[in-house]
Amino acid sequence: MNRLTKYANLINDLKEKKGGIIEAFHAIEKEYSYLPEDAIVEAAKTFNVSTAEAYGVATFYSMFSVKPRGKNVIRLCESAPCHIAGADEVFDALKRELGIDVGESTEDGLFALELTECVGQCQATPVITINGKAYLDVNPAKIPEILAEYK
Amino acid sequence: MAEEMRIVLRNYGKINPLKIDDYIAQGGYKPYDKACNMDAFELIQEVKSANLRGRGGAGFNCGQKWQFAHQAQADQKYVVCNADEGEPGTYKDRMIMENDPHALLEGMAICGYAIGATKGYIYCRGEYPQVVTILNTAIDQAQEKGVFKNFDVEVRTGAGAYVCGEETALIESLEGNRGEPRYKPPYPPSEGLWGKPTIVNNVETFANIPIIVEKGGDWYASIGTPAYPGTKILTLTGDINNRTFFEVPTNTTLREVIYKYGGGIPGGKKFKAVQTGGTSGAFIPENLLDTPIAFDSMSEIGAVLGSGAVFVLDETRDIVDVACRISKFFEHESCGKCAPCREGTMRIYDLMTKINGGKGSKSDTALLNKLGRVMSYSCFCGLGQAAPAPVLSTIKHFQADYDAKLM
Ligand SMILES: Cc1cc2nc3c(=O)[nH]c(=O)nc-3n(C[C@H](O)[C@H](O)[C@H](O)COP(=O)(O)O)c2cc1C
Ligand code: SF4
Ligand code: FES
Repeated sequence: MNRLTKYANLINDLKEKKGGIIEAFHAIEKEYSYLPEDAIVEAAKTFNVSTAEAYGVATFYSMFSVKPRGKNVIRLCESAPCHIAGADEVFDALKRELGIDVGESTEDGLFALELTECVGQCQATPVITINGKAYLDVNPAKIPEILAEYK
Repeated sequence: MAEEMRIVLRNYGKINPLKIDDYIAQGGYKPYDKACNMDAFELIQEVKSANLRGRGGAGFNCGQKWQFAHQAQADQKYVVCNADEGEPGTYKDRMIMENDPHALLEGMAICGYAIGATKGYIYCRGEYPQVVTILNTAIDQAQEKGVFKNFDVEVRTGAGAYVCGEETALIESLEGNRGEPRYKPPYPPSEGLWGKPTIVNNVETFANIPIIVEKGGDWYASIGTPAYPGTKILTLTGDINNRTFFEVPTNTTLREVIYKYGGGIPGGKKFKAVQTGGTSGAFIPENLLDTPIAFDSMSEIGAVLGSGAVFVLDETRDIVDVACRISKFFEHESCGKCAPCREGTMRIYDLMTKINGGKGSKSDTALLNKLGRVMSYSCFCGLGQAAPAPVLSTIKHFQADYDAKLM
């Protein structure tokens, strides 16, 4: 199946959902880790909105990326409870370990590094998530072991 | 640890959330049957008599809101659950949905009967994929068992925008648009989702409904403070021994929350400040800790109960740095629809970065005070209106910390 048919299928499955373009974008990101231009155009057609509107939606929400990015999206929470629990040190460890800065992806395409606000796991700060899965009470020493799960 | 009062969390740890039969064995869905045998208007009166006020932050009377939607004439109405839970330090709605999803579904179904809606949506934040799975399992089981009489629920997922917790922005997002707030009025109970009468309530609000129907509004109204009765689930974060959640009556004081339930400050350190209501709330000093957590008592001291997040700082913390970090949150989350917030949050963050970096002066805090005051009444929605509160409250109550950093 070529890429275009695959987007079309993913989007088509959701076309009965009124206002479901956000759900369609989630489905595409799950597959590709970002929203390719063709997929946004396709979604606009299916949900009967202009391409400009579809882009408007794609760029409004912080979980969506219109830029290609690494397969496993790492997010570090920088909200106040995580901040005072030492999120900065975890951040430095992630940057060191991955050799990239925030908003970048590793060259092998395996990881993307992003900051996020609270992910609702504040009972055990600091917190990072990888593809939505939360890692609690993280510290710099735990980072290599966590990343190894995705290699 | 002090005794809690678990009303909303009454089934917590007692049932398997993935088994509807467990919920039914605890008496679940009986209140829904009872509600459906009542006249819808009487049912709303019962909810009104409980004086249940919204647990999402704004504290609006729940029964009153339902009455507006009940009275609206339309071919279609909607029940929407606000499960966006974007307020930093808050995870109480997640606790409810992970541990007792049917309590939420039952509350929504009762609301559907009361206002005449056959369709419900749960708008769950994108950060909770595991919760979406639990909710979908619960919905499937409820449908298979045929517990809903004339109602169905669908889960939709947000995609990481704090502003989508604001009810009209949430509605925009459900419609598949950018989640920018709408002008009010019209309010959602008369014109909401796809222009139809819509009730938007918080997860905790809905989860209170079944027990109110079961035990009656008077019973509920007698718990906690009369003006904001019932219980509230609080989540404790920061420098606190018990970094956990509690459900307590609303007449509990902040001091009790921190020292009795929270077990005090770790390492024998002294208390410095507490921020309640999440990141958009004010920071409060020690001398105001005897305030009850109830909505109006908190407003009287310039604070908010909000989502029930309680964030504690000990004496060693740099409160200017924390307030600076928080101002970055608002700069990032401003949706950009209106200038006072779009520009104002950016300016607050600039000024706070300058002060925090030791390059600020007295005129910068004066400017912050003025900017914050203007934003609090000129911003289009609650995000921009509340954004200055953490900064202004720290300037007010912790002036010495600022002075120490000023040039
Ligand atoms: C910026 C902003 C964010 C909000 N976030 C939430 C939220 O995450 N969850 C919530 O229930 N209410 C949130 N609210 C409040 C809602 O607008 C609304 O008052 C609430 O969903 C009504 O439900 P309730 O009456 O049951 O509290 C937010 C409001 C604003 C202004
Ligand atoms: S106050 Fe801020 S979040 Fe609200 S509408 Fe204006 S720009 Fe958007
Ligand atoms: S503050 Fe980081 S997960 Fe909530």
